Amino acid sequence: MAVTASTQSAAPAAGLISHALREAVYAGIISFGLFVLFIGLKTDQNIHNELVLVQRWGLLAIVVAITMAGRFAYVGFLQPAMERARAAKAAAPVVAAPPGFIRRNATKIGIAVLFLYPVAMVSLFGFQGSLKWVDNFGIQILIYVMLAWGLNIVVGLAGLLDLGYVAFYAVGAYAYALLGTHYGLSFWILLPAAGIMAAFWGILLGFPVLRLRGDYLAIVTLAFGEIIRLVLINWREVTNGSAGISGIPKVSFFGLISFNVSDPNYISKVLGIAQSGAYYKIFLYYLAVLLCLLTAFVTMRLRAMPVGRAWEALREDEIACRSLGINTTTTKLTAFATGAMFGGFAGSFFAARQGFVSPESFVFLESAIILAIVVLGGMGSLGGIAVAAAGMIGGTEILRELGFLKAVFGPDFTPELYRMLLFGRAMVIVMVWKPRGFVGSRQPTAFLKERKAVSGSFTKEGHG
Amino acid sequence: MQYFVQQVINGLTLGSIYGLIAIGYTMVYGIIGMINFAHGDIFMVGAFTALIVFLILGALFYSVPVVVALLIMMIVAMLLTGLYNWVIEKVAYRPLRGSFRLAPLITAIGMSIALSNFVQVTQGPRNKPIPPMVSQVYSIYGISVSLKQIVIVVVTAALLAIFWYVVNHTSLGRAQRACEQDQKMAALLGIDVDRTISLTFIMGAALAAVAGTLFLMYYGVVVFSDGFVPGVKAFTAAVLGGIGSIPGAVIGGLLIGFIESMWSAYFSIDYKDVAAFSILAIVLIFLPSGILGRPEVEKV
Repeated sequence: MAVTASTQSAAPAAGLISHALREAVYAGIISFGLFVLFIGLKTDQNIHNELVLVQRWGLLAIVVAITMAGRFAYVGFLQPAMERARAAKAAAPVVAAPPGFIRRNATKIGIAVLFLYPVAMVSLFGFQGSLKWVDNFGIQILIYVMLAWGLNIVVGLAGLLDLGYVAFYAVGAYAYALLGTHYGLSFWILLPAAGIMAAFWGILLGFPVLRLRGDYLAIVTLAFGEIIRLVLINWREVTNGSAGISGIPKVSFFGLISFNVSDPNYISKVLGIAQSGAYYKIFLYYLAVLLCLLTAFVTMRLRAMPVGRAWEALREDEIACRSLGINTTTTKLTAFATGAMFGGFAGSFFAARQGFVSPESFVFLESAIILAIVVLGGMGSLGGIAVAAAGMIGGTEILRELGFLKAVFGPDFTPELYRMLLFGRAMVIVMVWKPRGFVGSRQPTAFLKERKAVSGSFTKEGHG
Repeated sequence: MQYFVQQVINGLTLGSIYGLIAIGYTMVYGIIGMINFAHGDIFMVGAFTALIVFLILGALFYSVPVVVALLIMMIVAMLLTGLYNWVIEKVAYRPLRGSFRLAPLITAIGMSIALSNFVQVTQGPRNKPIPPMVSQVYSIYGISVSLKQIVIVVVTAALLAIFWYVVNHTSLGRAQRACEQDQKMAALLGIDVDRTISLTFIMGAALAAVAGTLFLMYYGVVVFSDGFVPGVKAFTAAVLGGIGSIPGAVIGGLLIGFIESMWSAYFSIDYKDVAAFSILAIVLIFLPSGILGRPEVEKV
């Protein structure tokens, strides 16, 4: 095995090169067909507001050439190299390496990093410079982590495919926005209230879909998400329509320290430090961390409780579950309600952070992104989901920072435009490459004496 | 009464477009059991291709008869959109066949995001209006029927007839039905399963492309985000009719079209989508597998 591998790497067989060339030509023809109208021509409006075509054959040639080169490199070099690596791995004896220090203490290290992150950012960039890193990266990612962990209860643990999760996020956000602006209630009262309200909506959605399974469930939840969004847009008297609600009150430190400059107990007056908007962001960051930890803690505890076991049983096989006397109705409803509650928490936090909510923030794309994070992270695995959220959300945020690309591609080049395009592509590539997610774990939480690899990780799950 | 008949005609037009898209969903679901979420965006790509072909025709020739122009637009859109769906199936769905259920759904959502943003990046984010292609309106007993609507209904009916023939009376259709029932057995009996699935995707895309062309002709405008709402409604239609059943998709499409036009005519136009989705939820509570769907029998 090793001998053939070494000869192959020294001189790739002539047959392989010609095969790769042929593949490259096919790829060129196909990509030409795909892109000839869309990249070769651009529809633009002239002064008379009529559509005219602008020709871009040079760009088309470049894109086709890149596709051909990429295919050639993939078939000729990358693929054989990957196969060799896989063969080498299969040939090598399986050594169960004892988990290293980092692996053993992954959770503790992760939490420590989370708590030290703003400190590091502030010491690196100063208070003003750290705003972007704490807010755009830190808080943004943590909100998605919270949402994904909430959805994980429904999809990852109970196996119910929910495409309308963003509805609960919207309920939480609007609950805080409306009650906070109209009645001046504090965040600390409204956070649990928003969670409870979202949980009620979860039960409300749960009832009609109890009998549905699999894809029917998916479409009804999607429809539910859309209904909520359409009502938010059209019920103008209450929600102010697409214009949204602004001036949502900020969170205070339990009423003791405020983050409004005009208040007498504004943080810089209380602590005697210079004014800065960064304090509020850093405070929100730690609040998000605590909410995330709460979500994780509750999820982990629930998994060890009868209801969590019932969820996992439901995911694996609904009929077996019912035969063993588990009440599938309450099991499903509790899953929906618990997941929705965390969505509501995340929603009210989101509203407090933005100071503004509008139906724009609760489109289907958000549900899709959250679901993608759950699946890409490996359903059921909290760590994997957090990594996926950081990768997908942080990765697309970083694209905003790539100003130097302007120097390469000219001043018209805006990397932000390519954000969602690359996000979609990344979803496909990661999924094809690792269908079980970064950390694929469907290991049973309940086991006798010792954990064994179960055939369950390879079998199809029953549809909820 | 006249008003009602008018709404029936509007609903029929809208329903035809939804029905054509819904067939793509239902066929793919029937054969490989996945929700092809990118299908709505395939429809949008079809509409955009038709738009660009329309502009090319306008730029190359002084005047082209409308029938010829429409035909060329449709054929080019069918071919290119078919190519798109073929590539998507090969790249994003085939490697995941036999994986767990959610995997192809996620790649489909990814593809949907990628496709609509690809069109946004390459063609710009603005609405793309075209001058009206067909503008005659006939008046029969006080009911106005535009030529556009007649074209849509006639083209849809003709396509459905061709499609029905292909599925029921050709070897390809037989292969498709066989794969739908049991892929392993079909493969054992010498059916090229991969090829059949590819052709199914191409056929679904071709129908979506025709729907896209008709959509462009009817509304005279298209934008990169146009894939989502018709896509979701067509999917709703497919589920309503019973997913996996081709006549069900057409019936579901017409039903959604009727609900939408009736609701906007008699109640409020703001809540027409809410009505469509609510009726879906209500129907599914009483008929959990759609109108014509076979109830799922679970073997233990």
